[in-house]
Amino acid sequence: MSLWSRIANVLCGDRLSREIDEELQSHIQEAIEQGRDPVEVRKALGPLLRLREESRDVRLIIWLDSLRADAIFGWRQLMKNKVASAAAILSLALGIGACTGAFRLIDALLLRPLPVSQPQELYALARQGIDPEGRFETFDGWAYPDFQRMRAAAKGQAELIAISYSERTDVTYGSDQDMEKAYVQYVSGWMFSSFGLRPALGRLLTESDDHKPNAYPYAVLSYDYWRHRFGQDPKVIGRTFRMGNDLYEIVGVGPQRFTGTEAGTMIDIFVPTMMHPGVIRRDWTWMRTLARVSPGVPLEPLRARLDATSRAFEQERAKGFPGMSQQVIDAMLNQRLLLEPAAAGASGLQDDYRTSLAALGVLVALVLLIACANVTNLMTGQAASRAREMALRVSIGAGRRRLVQLVLVESAWLACLAAAFGGLFAWWSAPVVVGMINPPDNPARLFLPADWRVMAFGLALTVIVMLLFGLAPALRASAVQPVSALKGGQDPHARRRLMHALTAVQTAFCFMVLFVAGLFVATFQRLSNRPTGFSADRVLTLETVARRPQPQVYWDQVTQRLREFPGVESAALASTTLMGGWSWNNSISVNGAPPNGVLSYFMSVSPGWIETMKIPLIDGRDFRPRDTYPGAALVNQTFAKEYFKDEDPVGRSFDMVFDEGGSLHFEVVGLVGDVCYRDVREPILPQAYYPIHSLNTRNALEVKGQDQGTFIVRTSSSNPLALASVLRREVPRAWPEFRVSNIRTQLEIDQSHTVRERLLARLAFFFGVVALLLAGVGLYGVLDYSVLQRRREVAIRMALGAQAGDVARRVTADVFSMLLAGAMAGLALGFASARYVESLLYQVKPTDPTMLALPALTILAAALLAALPPVIRAVRIDPALMLRTD
Amino acid sequence: MRKPESLQGSLDLLVLKILSRQPRLHGYAIMSAIQNMSGDVLRAEEGSLYPALHRMEEAGWVRARWITKDNGRRARLYELTTEGKRQLAAEESRWQAVTAAVNRVLRMA
Repeated sequence: MSLWSRIANVLCGDRLSREIDEELQSHIQEAIEQGRDPVEVRKALGPLLRLREESRDVRLIIWLDSLRADAIFGWRQLMKNKVASAAAILSLALGIGACTGAFRLIDALLLRPLPVSQPQELYALARQGIDPEGRFETFDGWAYPDFQRMRAAAKGQAELIAISYSERTDVTYGSDQDMEKAYVQYVSGWMFSSFGLRPALGRLLTESDDHKPNAYPYAVLSYDYWRHRFGQDPKVIGRTFRMGNDLYEIVGVGPQRFTGTEAGTMIDIFVPTMMHPGVIRRDWTWMRTLARVSPGVPLEPLRARLDATSRAFEQERAKGFPGMSQQVIDAMLNQRLLLEPAAAGASGLQDDYRTSLAALGVLVALVLLIACANVTNLMTGQAASRAREMALRVSIGAGRRRLVQLVLVESAWLACLAAAFGGLFAWWSAPVVVGMINPPDNPARLFLPADWRVMAFGLALTVIVMLLFGLAPALRASAVQPVSALKGGQDPHARRRLMHALTAVQTAFCFMVLFVAGLFVATFQRLSNRPTGFSADRVLTLETVARRPQPQVYWDQVTQRLREFPGVESAALASTTLMGGWSWNNSISVNGAPPNGVLSYFMSVSPGWIETMKIPLIDGRDFRPRDTYPGAALVNQTFAKEYFKDEDPVGRSFDMVFDEGGSLHFEVVGLVGDVCYRDVREPILPQAYYPIHSLNTRNALEVKGQDQGTFIVRTSSSNPLALASVLRREVPRAWPEFRVSNIRTQLEIDQSHTVRERLLARLAFFFGVVALLLAGVGLYGVLDYSVLQRRREVAIRMALGAQAGDVARRVTADVFSMLLAGAMAGLALGFASARYVESLLYQVKPTDPTMLALPALTILAAALLAALPPVIRAVRIDPALMLRTD
Repeated sequence: MRKPESLQGSLDLLVLKILSRQPRLHGYAIMSAIQNMSGDVLRAEEGSLYPALHRMEEAGWVRARWITKDNGRRARLYELTTEGKRQLAAEESRWQAVTAAVNRVLRMA
């Protein structure tokens, strides 16, 4: 009670003082009524002010009261300089907000442990090999038979869990026309019990749901999906949905916070691994493997055992490869199994963005430091004008600690206000950045709570920031020498030295931010300007599926119908889209010679496809309707170079050789231009295109039906999406068995490959501008202050005949030498850091002179601009006026 | 913080004792009471009385409230709390022990 009353007394300190005064007055009155002499009474009582202070100190918490007084004083101080304070708060807020936002992303994607029991026991299995260019390459995909062997080998030491790459798949709870997309993941039945998860409803999958291929059509919904798709309807248990040709029964709903182990994707539906068509395939790597290592089991022996098991599996598999050279097989086998900590789960998004987010984190931290340096300079400048006040405080008995507190409280005001605005910025910005991470049709879904981790980070950051910019001015203020300060002659150089040093630091950081931003922007530009070999303008792709294979004739009919549709320039059919993520490859043999180890990549296309995609036909002819697979092929220039050594390939033939044995024979009917097949980053691959008409393997004269294909449509209007909904309806109207499952523009597909680069370029550019702005403002402040301080000196010099140029040089010389030093340091920092971001760059060398000149010139321009007003002011000083006033 | 004085240490005891006899006194009355009862021997330094009262109030030994007197002025009256009664007993016995000890020393010497 006493503590509370004392805290309460702090908050109403004025009333407390009044009450004490009143009580003392009533004492005096009483004494006078008793007939005592007023003067004698007052003397006996002693100085009233001291009594009041003494009583006050008893009745409240002294430090809290002084803090309150300082807080009020600090607030007034801020209000006195509204513009400067607002600028300081805004720049700090941007810095703190950006850092907190970056932390939210990094935490959500990379750090936060999965909501499962003992997440620190989880490891992800991956294999590291060396790619053809000699770089390390890690791959985390596994074949199920391999997984089964490794699971048996690790028994007793670790539990292995198979988890497929998540798929955004069509499912329907009703008819085919009600298809909807859901994120589906095939998981080992024992995953849930191994993770210690309990169902929110019904039951979870168990080991007994995962023994025999294709025998357990049961599904568990994630809680999140259950909430937003079914409104938490408990009757969902027992309902069925169709995915592909299988009918699944919903048996349960997972626990509230669990959204799978793939950070960046929230899984909607979990089904047993045994339902995946790939469980019996030795050559399909479609899943990740997580290991829950029992406590106390040493990692290295476990890793070695798993490595040996997997290697034996691959060796056995390689025996079946005919005609593959030992060299190629060795390269394939020469891989090392890795156990990587996976407490935060394992996802491709993590691998893609680990370095990027770290780089962004560093950039925003630098921006925050630049902002801090600005505020330090601002406060140092203000402290100069308050030196007399401080000296006065010291001479009437204020302790050093009290002065440090006084200034620090003012800093705390700045930091707290900045943190509040920064919090808002982080709250707004993190989801926006997540929204930019993936292409629009497959957005990244990250759980971004404002939980204690984020709060603690924000708080720690605020305190650090406050100390960073507040401590130096506070210590300096408290170290004031009353005698010299009151005489007005404190050493002004000490202060300027600090400010100049900070200018150098700012410049260095700013240079680094601009340098890295330049690298990212250039990377994005080069990637997006790289020719793909085809024209994506106005091209719409319609991924179409049918429940059962449909005779080829219907596919051709629909293609023809689309071709004649108003607003369509040309149309074709293909097995898939270029750069759409699918790839199909095999070895090539020419004249019966063994394959040379270089894989060729394939795609099936209809006649007219190369024309629709605007891929140049260099020699020979396009497909005709009678061409079939196997039989005819179109090849690209790289293919010709690789396998026909630049001889004219048209009219020659090759064999496509299968790993499992057997081959198919093709005759080259045409040579076409090179195009990007999978990605814009990789070199052009040798490619062959096959006719979409595929002969039935049993009856060589019959053309096989297809259950999926992609219509490629080039529209005549500039916005192809305007036709999207019409065409989506037109396809089933042309043949009712067909259903369009996904419509994308080719442009969108192309751009999805540079999403990360675009994000990095945009954010780095934004922070580069902010850094430049802050550094410019800082420079302006320092110069302005130094002109203000040296105006007497300048006036004297001018009175003695100094020219304007001379004055300008004198005023700016120190600062510009600092600028130079800073730029040099920034250059060194930039070079040192470029190594870490190299993996994010594309055809951009950090040592490229333009990459260096750009930030240097930008900073120089900004510096000149910032220096202009103070220099003009210095030059315009009227010596007569100035010297008279002082 | 507080200067040493003649009544140091015993001022609390005296105030508590007075208040235990006569509840609801204001500061001046407490002072007068100490003076009168001690036959003008003990004289509380007027200045130190109020900080002492406020300290005891914070410690929860005494309770204070404002009343308006007949002449319209306000006065702050103090009274003992249960906690204060315990404190008084403790201080009294401590005082007895100390004076007895001092007396023994005086007799021996």
